[in-house]
Amino acid sequence: MVQRIRIRYAKRGPLRFTSHRDFARAFERAVRRAGVPIAYSQGFTPHPKISYASAAPTGTASEAEYLEIGVQTEVDPGDLVKALDAALSPGLDVLDAVVAGPGPGLADRIDASAWRIELPGVPTEAAAAAVAAFLATPEVPVERLTKQGRRSFDARGAVVRLTVGAGGTAGEAAGVPAPSEVTGVPCAILDLVVRQTNPAVRPDDVLSGLRVVADLEPPVPPRVTRLVQGTLTASGEIVDPLAADRDQVAIAER
Amino acid sequence: MSVASVFPRLEQLLPRVSKPIQYVGGELGAVVKPWESATVRWALMYPDAYEVGLPNQGVQILYEVLNERPDVLAERTYAVWPDLESLMREHGVPQFTVDAHRPVGAFDLFGVSFSTELGYTNLLTALDLAGIPLDSAERTDAHPIVVAGGHAAFNPEPIADFVDAAVLGDGEEAVLEITGIVRDWKAEGSPGGRDEVLLRLARTESVYVPRFYDVDYLPDGRIQRVVPNRPGVPFRVHKRTTTDLDQWPYPKKPLVPLAETVHERYAVEIFRGCTRGCRFCQAGMITRPVRERSIETVGQMVREGLKFSGFSEVGLLSLSSADHSEIGDICSGLAEQYEGTNVSLSLPSTRVDAFNVTLAQELSRNGRRTGLTFAPEGGSERIRRVINKMVSEEDLIRTVVTAYTNGWRQVKLYFMCGLPTETDADVLQIARLAHEVIRSGREASGSRDIRCTVSIGGFVPKPHTPFQWARMERPEVIDERLRQLKQAINGDRSLGRAIGYRYHDGEPSLIEGLLSRGDRRVGAVIRRVWEDGGRFDGWSEHFSYRRWVDAAAAVLPGYGVDLDWYTTREREQSEVLPWDHLDSGLDKDWLWQDWQDALGEYEQEDCRWTPCFDCGVCPSMDTEIQIGPTGRKLLPLTPVNSGLRVPV
Ligand code: B12
Ligand code: SF4
Repeated sequence: MVQRIRIRYAKRGPLRFTSHRDFARAFERAVRRAGVPIAYSQGFTPHPKISYASAAPTGTASEAEYLEIGVQTEVDPGDLVKALDAALSPGLDVLDAVVAGPGPGLADRIDASAWRIELPGVPTEAAAAAVAAFLATPEVPVERLTKQGRRSFDARGAVVRLTVGAGGTAGEAAGVPAPSEVTGVPCAILDLVVRQTNPAVRPDDVLSGLRVVADLEPPVPPRVTRLVQGTLTASGEIVDPLAADRDQVAIAER
Repeated sequence: MSVASVFPRLEQLLPRVSKPIQYVGGELGAVVKPWESATVRWALMYPDAYEVGLPNQGVQILYEVLNERPDVLAERTYAVWPDLESLMREHGVPQFTVDAHRPVGAFDLFGVSFSTELGYTNLLTALDLAGIPLDSAERTDAHPIVVAGGHAAFNPEPIADFVDAAVLGDGEEAVLEITGIVRDWKAEGSPGGRDEVLLRLARTESVYVPRFYDVDYLPDGRIQRVVPNRPGVPFRVHKRTTTDLDQWPYPKKPLVPLAETVHERYAVEIFRGCTRGCRFCQAGMITRPVRERSIETVGQMVREGLKFSGFSEVGLLSLSSADHSEIGDICSGLAEQYEGTNVSLSLPSTRVDAFNVTLAQELSRNGRRTGLTFAPEGGSERIRRVINKMVSEEDLIRTVVTAYTNGWRQVKLYFMCGLPTETDADVLQIARLAHEVIRSGREASGSRDIRCTVSIGGFVPKPHTPFQWARMERPEVIDERLRQLKQAINGDRSLGRAIGYRYHDGEPSLIEGLLSRGDRRVGAVIRRVWEDGGRFDGWSEHFSYRRWVDAAAAVLPGYGVDLDWYTTREREQSEVLPWDHLDSGLDKDWLWQDWQDALGEYEQEDCRWTPCFDCGVCPSMDTEIQIGPTGRKLLPLTPVNSGLRVPV
């Protein structure tokens, strides 16, 4: 292995229903189709060197998923983005790649996520009232079915920020590709920033929390998109985990 | 008029169902065309879950062949699981295609591919969800023409009420011909409506339109005759045969799913047809004669299919893959080309001879020697003569031992239970064989770390085979034989420990038997089972024997027949069989003679290596055996160019 490359990709539209396992299989095939000189692990059944940072749940769209690959010969990250993106179905889109530099690994650079939650059919006022009630409650216990069975935990503590956007039409917010086909239904839009905790608090859990504190019941399933993930700064911004590597490349080139 | 996507409504249901990705489409190789760009539109269905249906070669081939025509559009649809079915009913979402999520009811043609009869109830679900009346007679010009194809369409009588037409045999040319007829009829302004277009199809003599045939019955329930009820409709409908497979190298752009499916591989049919003449095998009888794809075309398909799909596994498919005249060169050539890469090759061949082991050895250069499968099918030499599976016990043992001494640790042996003339003793021979395999294997390999699995399926007599007249054994008898066999296998502790045992109960086979040799009256049973909730009958966790038995008991006595009459009753030579008007090319007298030979325990050779034995297919279908050797070799593989620039 001569190089490690970190990649940002998106899961959009109908293909947000791709599970992580499905994506992993598709990505391995894309690597072969694109002719990427992928490195393999040693051993009896060699595996391609691909490792994933925390993946968005099945059914959730994302603009910021990350993975890292090892390659046997040096490749140009820009060409790699183009080749891999062409080899994947539209809707699984490769957005960015950088050569990994020294310093902490991908996983250690990710401790928070920003999500956008569209609630078609929910009036903005109702959403605002529920959010206010949620934020005013110090602890919001919710339940989720996990592999270990039903678990109860707090959905409030991990929430760094939760605001109600100006509202609008489903799918047209904030210059980000719609997570689904536009239906034209008026809907409330939530912006959510959550810190990574154990167990992880996911948008679903926050929505459960809104149901617990304010009986907010969306009439149709919400559409959730991860917008960013990375390092949470003191000022509440989230820093792209590829930024540090990119800076190093820039320094090296200068 | 355009047709709106149902996706906006469907996607609200998807978070509530299991494995939603199967309903989303987006596969590599999928084609979405503007609705208006096409004059003829096909919805193609494999009537099982997406995970089974997507890899189906038949549908993939027809999908590609049709979509290559600029004015034709083809999309795919699969059976939805009960969780989504109930949500679709609740929210009024119709059966949809996965490509552009268009409602199936909006297409001109709805083609359904039946490789097994167990998909019939799923056809009814799809029709109902699509808003298409179950009864062909109740459909109007606004509904698609429902066409059945695939192996089960060689006796479509049990679903005659539900389909408008059926095509026997290969589909490549048939779908284009049907498309042409529908195109012309539409261009003329659809004169005469549905009836007229079906009549035009029927007059080709290769599309069966059940409504143009009347079936008369004798007082005892047997069929008296099946006759056309319209002028110009042929007495017999003939199967289609695609010849020169090199001209039809499909699929070129295999569908690559995002969801997990039963097969994640690029499959190439290396030939069609089989003349080994196993008497139970419908596939071998109805796909004659043998037509090989040349070594060069196979090589080219593998090369391009892998490049297109990114699959890392290649399957070399056919009914008996080791029988290709150049299989040795194909296997060693491909093994050489892909040596050191991550591409693995598989040959689903179950031929019982040392050559098969050699081939498997070639193909496993890149991988592990996990398991090998052989199919002697019958436990005793006597029963193997009855079914025309010419394998001596000596050969079998020698072959399996060769596998063990060449590094294979695990061998699977396939058998059938319930074969014509079978006795308990024939089945118990399987235990002796398995013991002998392990004993000789341990001796020859010097290792105790070898295993064999005995896998037993129930025999189902199929139309267009010499066993079409045979009686089925009762499920209780089958189950008792299987129990005795298990006991016999475990009778020797030391050997029994190395033998795995897998079997199917007799009951599902009996229902398969009802469906495969049924006539039009069986349609009422299918409908009743479906109304009673029958779905996914190919899945043991969904199949209910009780439901079928009850439906048969409720419906069939009204016609003076019953479940036993269809299954455990032997037919006489003079009986008119429900599929006699459907011509697979096989001469009925030859089939009868072969049935008599089976009872007399006489074997039949293979016409590829011995003179033609006049089964009837070649002269009646105007076809001939197409086999090599061509003497050519695989073209060398140009090194894979990554196309990725290395920064300097
Ligand atoms: C791969 C395979 C499988 C795979 C994949 C199945 C799949 N989804 O495709 C798996 C392992 C899952 C499988 C399972 C089973 N299989 Co299987 N399988 C095969 C195999 C090896 C290849 C099938 C194939 O791709 N053929 C090539 C394609 C191109 O042929 P085709 O599908 O028939 O399509 C052509 C025509 O029929 C026609 N056509 C097809 N559909 C339509 C539709 C229309 C509208 C028209 C006009 C034409 C048309 O056009 C096509 C092109 O010419 C065959 C053996 C063989 N070589 O055929 C057995 C075979 C089809 N399987 C068989 C059986 C019994 C089964 C099982 C029932 C086994 C079991 N007991 O569980 C299950 C059923 C699963 C299911 N619900 O479908 C039998 C069928 C028996 C019969 N009819 O007598 C076969 C023939 C093997 C045998 N010799 O016993 N199988
Ligand atoms: S007609 Fe003769 S050559 Fe042709 S498949 Fe039958 S036996 Fe073989």
